[in-house]
Amino acid sequence: MTILEDGEFPLKELQPPMTNGEVIFEEPWQGRVFAMTILLNKAGLFSWDEFQSQLILTIEQWEREGDKSEDYKYYERFSDALNSLLGKKGIVAGEELVERTEEYVNRPHGHDH
Amino acid sequence: MSNSYVGLRAEALESLLIEKGLIKSDQIDQTISLYNERVGPMNGARVVAKAWKDPEYKKRLVEDGTGAIEEFGFVGGQIEKLVVVENSDSVHNVVVCTLCSCYPWAVLGLPPRWYKDPAYRSRVVKEPRKVLEEMGTTLPKDKTVRVWDSSAEIRYMVLPQMPPEWSDLSESDLAERVSRDSMIGVELLGLDCSA
Repeated sequence: MTILEDGEFPLKELQPPMTNGEVIFEEPWQGRVFAMTILLNKAGLFSWDEFQSQLILTIEQWEREGDKSEDYKYYERFSDALNSLLGKKGIVAGEELVERTEEYVNRPHGHDH
Repeated sequence: MSNSYVGLRAEALESLLIEKGLIKSDQIDQTISLYNERVGPMNGARVVAKAWKDPEYKKRLVEDGTGAIEEFGFVGGQIEKLVVVENSDSVHNVVVCTLCSCYPWAVLGLPPRWYKDPAYRSRVVKEPRKVLEEMGTTLPKDKTVRVWDSSAEIRYMVLPQMPPEWSDLSESDLAERVSRDSMIGVELLGLDCSA
């Protein structure tokens, strides 16, 4: 198995690094989840060690049980880890999040925000 | 557009956190801008260029990476301890995080996608030369390869070797030529004339 498909690793295109022009978030929600994690850590709701331990557990679980037919999606695991940690800490209960997400899933089209 | 389930779930989480008063929407925007604009491999490149030009600084950097980068005042840290590993004629260093995605954000920004890929994480430890070759970098046979596994406590950055033909360049010109991948250790500098 090769790590990288053609075009997936645009090494030369990413230079020079000082432009920092690389796409770090492929979709906006990924940036928002990342930023929420930073902010909640800053607010003292969990430590980086706690988050990292949860992320490791979540990734391990995916590697054991996840659907290997789909591409590995790092920010989905990152997002899973954040949700699990917030659930364990009683900050945002899992049911509460599922309920709100379902509301958004069922939101009529053209009714974003 | 975040029409995927995970995208909607992220939106749902954001709305719940805002309602609970734990986060403000504009803080999220500011944090994203910060990481997009001010935290990136250009910071590490400045450190490398300074180390190439100033032997005293290089000594400090290799002895105490965390202390030596403090004077740059980078933001967006999350670095408890930064260890800078120096490439030489005999040793080539490569950085990985086998367990998740630990990465020296303050100097390199956010990790590229392949760094977080399970294939890179598991394989680079076992067969670093082969992995690097697949990424377009062939290491001289006589070099020892050292792979450094990052953790939440210790993050690694590679101090690449300066190509001899760059010796007349100024520090700022050098900083423009130091690639992110050379600081992760998956690329050698100067072998490609297009740089």
